[in-house]
Amino acid sequence: MSDAEINLAELDDAELVAQMHDDLYDGLKEEIEEGVRILLGRGWTPYRTLTEALVEGMRIVGEDFRDGILFVPEVLLSANAMKAGMAILRPLLVETGAPKIGKMVVGTVKGDIHDIGKNLVGMMLEGAGFEVVDLGVNTSVERFLAAIDEHKPEILGMSALLTTTMPYMKVVIQALKDKGIRDDLVVLVGGAPLNEEFAMSVGADAYCRDAAVAVETAQSFMKRRSNQAGLDAPKPA
Amino acid sequence: MTAPTPTLVLACGALAREIGAIIAVNQFDHLTLHCLPATLHNHPDQIPAAVRAAIHKFRPTHPRIFLAYADCGTGGLLDRLLEEENIQRLPGAHCYAFFTGTERFAANGEQDMRSFFLTDFLARQFETLVIEPLGLDRHPELRDMYFCNYERVVYLAQTQDPTLDTAAENAAKRLNLAYERRQTGYGDLAPALSAI
Repeated sequence: MSDAEINLAELDDAELVAQMHDDLYDGLKEEIEEGVRILLGRGWTPYRTLTEALVEGMRIVGEDFRDGILFVPEVLLSANAMKAGMAILRPLLVETGAPKIGKMVVGTVKGDIHDIGKNLVGMMLEGAGFEVVDLGVNTSVERFLAAIDEHKPEILGMSALLTTTMPYMKVVIQALKDKGIRDDLVVLVGGAPLNEEFAMSVGADAYCRDAAVAVETAQSFMKRRSNQAGLDAPKPA
Repeated sequence: MTAPTPTLVLACGALAREIGAIIAVNQFDHLTLHCLPATLHNHPDQIPAAVRAAIHKFRPTHPRIFLAYADCGTGGLLDRLLEEENIQRLPGAHCYAFFTGTERFAANGEQDMRSFFLTDFLARQFETLVIEPLGLDRHPELRDMYFCNYERVVYLAQTQDPTLDTAAENAAKRLNLAYERRQTGYGDLAPALSAI
């Protein structure tokens, strides 16, 4: 039977989720929307639909991108499909009070308008349970500071695609130091010309080479922070 | 007067015509040109390794090498390699900068932030090096995801060629962006090669 003949509504839950992983991989937006509606109609919670059908599907896409099996156009199609699914789930997730792991402010730095990687990171983090405040492109240090002040994130993410704009990350990190809030935040940086050494040299906490790594890194820092909070908490007498 | 030292110019394939023309016009007979694939333009992460391999391949026969690359999105990794190998390169961050003139390009900064640049080479190879690698031939619906933050295509023209003007203008239409042509000539490329 060809894919074109598959009736999603006739699949059992496990088959449907597996099919949705395939459809995400193939960037089939309408099929993802249909799959999401079917799972919700069968009583799945929005959070379970998000994590098991969409996030897991995008994890596979992310792995194959990292391994050079998929390329940017295919990942963008997958991201578009995931975005369509998220558009259905987002209001329901708010209503049902899905767990939030943490909050991240993210932006492409001043002088730079490239946002494909940054958008993927934002979407993947949102799928992984983070609240994401996306400042868009060409973000000045003042806008980063204002957003941090307003939203009180645990994580700051900065992106740059140009060799000429990536040094601006250091400007932002220095401003955090000057305000005495650098240690309150985990700073993650990413973008094609960056590398681990550059991230360390500007004083970031980690370099994320792609969206999947950004999610893993953010999760790991939040886990560490939560363990630390547990250690720091006063012990019962 | 001493003869100039024979030098291998290891170049980005996207500069082959321009460097060849400068060598021919100026009779720089001491320069030998060898190009790496222009497709590396889309994979800056692969440039340092490709350059390193070429340097090691050619060094036994060409003790003096000049690299006709800018930083080209390598985030300083190319410079580190060149420092190890004691080799000079072209000035600037990329070919758009040295064709424009690196100082002038830097001065344009903010004004050009939303410009998508084409050179003669990219106007000629627009389909192969822009449309196909971005998947826009198969998925034109992705266009705005890639280009929504751009305002115009700026064609930095090295030569006067009506065919390339048309190609560049068509590229702008295809990306749904405004179009501007700037005659740059070879910019900082010719002086850099003259100084070898």
